[in-house]
Amino acid sequence: MILLDRVTKTYGKDKDENSAALSRVTLHVEPKEFVIVIGQSGAGKTTLLRLLTREERPTSGKIVIGGIDYDKLKDRDIPMLRRKIGVVFQDFKLLPNKTVFENVAFALEIVGISNREIKHTVPKVLDIVNLKGKEDRMPRELSGGERQRVAIARAIVRQPRILIADEPTGNLDPKHAWDVIKVLEKINRFGTTVLLTTHNQEIVNKLKRRVVIISEGKIVSDKANASYNL
Amino acid sequence: MQRRLITLRRVINTGIVNFMRNISLAVAAMAVMVVTLTIILFSIITNGTFVNTIAQITNKISVSAYLKDTTTDAQAQKLAKQLSAQPEVKRVIYLNKQQALRSFAATKGNEGFAAAAAEAGNPIPATIQIYPRDLNQVPDIKTFLDKAENKQLQTPDSPSYNGNLKEAIDNITHATNVLRKIGIVTVVVFAIICVLIIFNTIQMAIFNRRDEISIMRLLGANTWYIRGPFVVESAIYGLLSAVFSILIINSAFLASSNALQASSLGLLDINYANQYFDQHFLMFLLMQIAIGIIIGTVSSIIATRRYLKFKTK
Repeated sequence: MILLDRVTKTYGKDKDENSAALSRVTLHVEPKEFVIVIGQSGAGKTTLLRLLTREERPTSGKIVIGGIDYDKLKDRDIPMLRRKIGVVFQDFKLLPNKTVFENVAFALEIVGISNREIKHTVPKVLDIVNLKGKEDRMPRELSGGERQRVAIARAIVRQPRILIADEPTGNLDPKHAWDVIKVLEKINRFGTTVLLTTHNQEIVNKLKRRVVIISEGKIVSDKANASYNL
Repeated sequence: MQRRLITLRRVINTGIVNFMRNISLAVAAMAVMVVTLTIILFSIITNGTFVNTIAQITNKISVSAYLKDTTTDAQAQKLAKQLSAQPEVKRVIYLNKQQALRSFAATKGNEGFAAAAAEAGNPIPATIQIYPRDLNQVPDIKTFLDKAENKQLQTPDSPSYNGNLKEAIDNITHATNVLRKIGIVTVVVFAIICVLIIFNTIQMAIFNRRDEISIMRLLGANTWYIRGPFVVESAIYGLLSAVFSILIINSAFLASSNALQASSLGLLDINYANQYFDQHFLMFLLMQIAIGIIIGTVSSIIATRRYLKFKTK
């Protein structure tokens, strides 16, 4: 489902692999897998995710997601790629002037889904993320955990095969963080491949999933059912 | 296909909503566009009016060759034929003595005069009226008539030509040319200012909505879904500015013809200008809308191309 083959990303004119944000990273994620990527700040987690969403291009190496070879991807095809990947951000990235319903509907509107279908689909997805009854709230009226669940609803409403969650619990207290993780697990059970980055040791250890550790731009550990001690 | 139509409808709706939200920024852009469009329309109407005035005066101008009573009809016909063959001559009318008398009487509006003059032996000479193609060719016609073989057929005071009209026409032609040049320069200058201000307005709108734009991008909105509303927004500037400029011109004509009771303003025939505007109202309205929309969309396409380019690092 996700394949990275010796991917390196350097910034500016510095081509030295030792100071690269990512250096010869190889990672293979199977369909329906739940993979947690951990690492200190600046380790290269965010760079990795930005490469997957094609916000950035690798300096070298190969990336293939859902059969799409990034080498052959033109800039104008990027929107089509992003429609196939759901992304959740640490800072939610919700539109403050839109209600919960409108924020989720927005992801469908931009791809030309009809209003009737939107009215049918959005409530179902809000039910999955346990936000039923809060459709008309504005983001500022919600807790951090609720906002993040809106963002997840928006990311999955188009039923992507891959969900990328970039530290979705980073701004949340433990209770809300766990609510969010439970939603991600639920989505994974429905068959979506989930790639989660986090700092939260407790979450990693409770989930007992495949854990990939990145340090200084390199994968230093990749284990199934792993636990993690900071 | 259906998705495209839905998307198009959403792009237009978003453009309209954004226009409403952005109205304070839009005022400056629209004000300059109204001025630009008003100048364009005013230049066109002025030009049309001057062209009409020149045509009217030109049509009235002719050179008249008065023929001696001794000149035979055959000689006169021959001269008329020769004149017709001159490249500078548009039309020739030959009037024998009787016809010349009737024509003269008709211009005076007095049929009794014709009868009286006929009894008195008709003092009006046979006349050849020569209409030039172009005013500048009048001297050529006169030269032709002044040739000895032609001159001997004419009365001593022939040919006659009213030179004052030429002067008036020259003045109007000169004024038209100058105004046309001033009009073109002014329109170009204002159009550039207009494009720059709309460009700036759209740039600010893009800046104000940068978070929304980046979210749209991450969610997979294509470039036209993002750019479209800005283009629609500036097309609305153009549309409204066109309507305002037509209203301004309309009010100006109403005011000038009602309040001043003016039939002409210097060289400008206000009555005709008014009539010209009324006759071509629909065309002018559509033209203004088209120009307004073109200026608006071109500016925003440039601005969005520059600031919303899809490029990955």
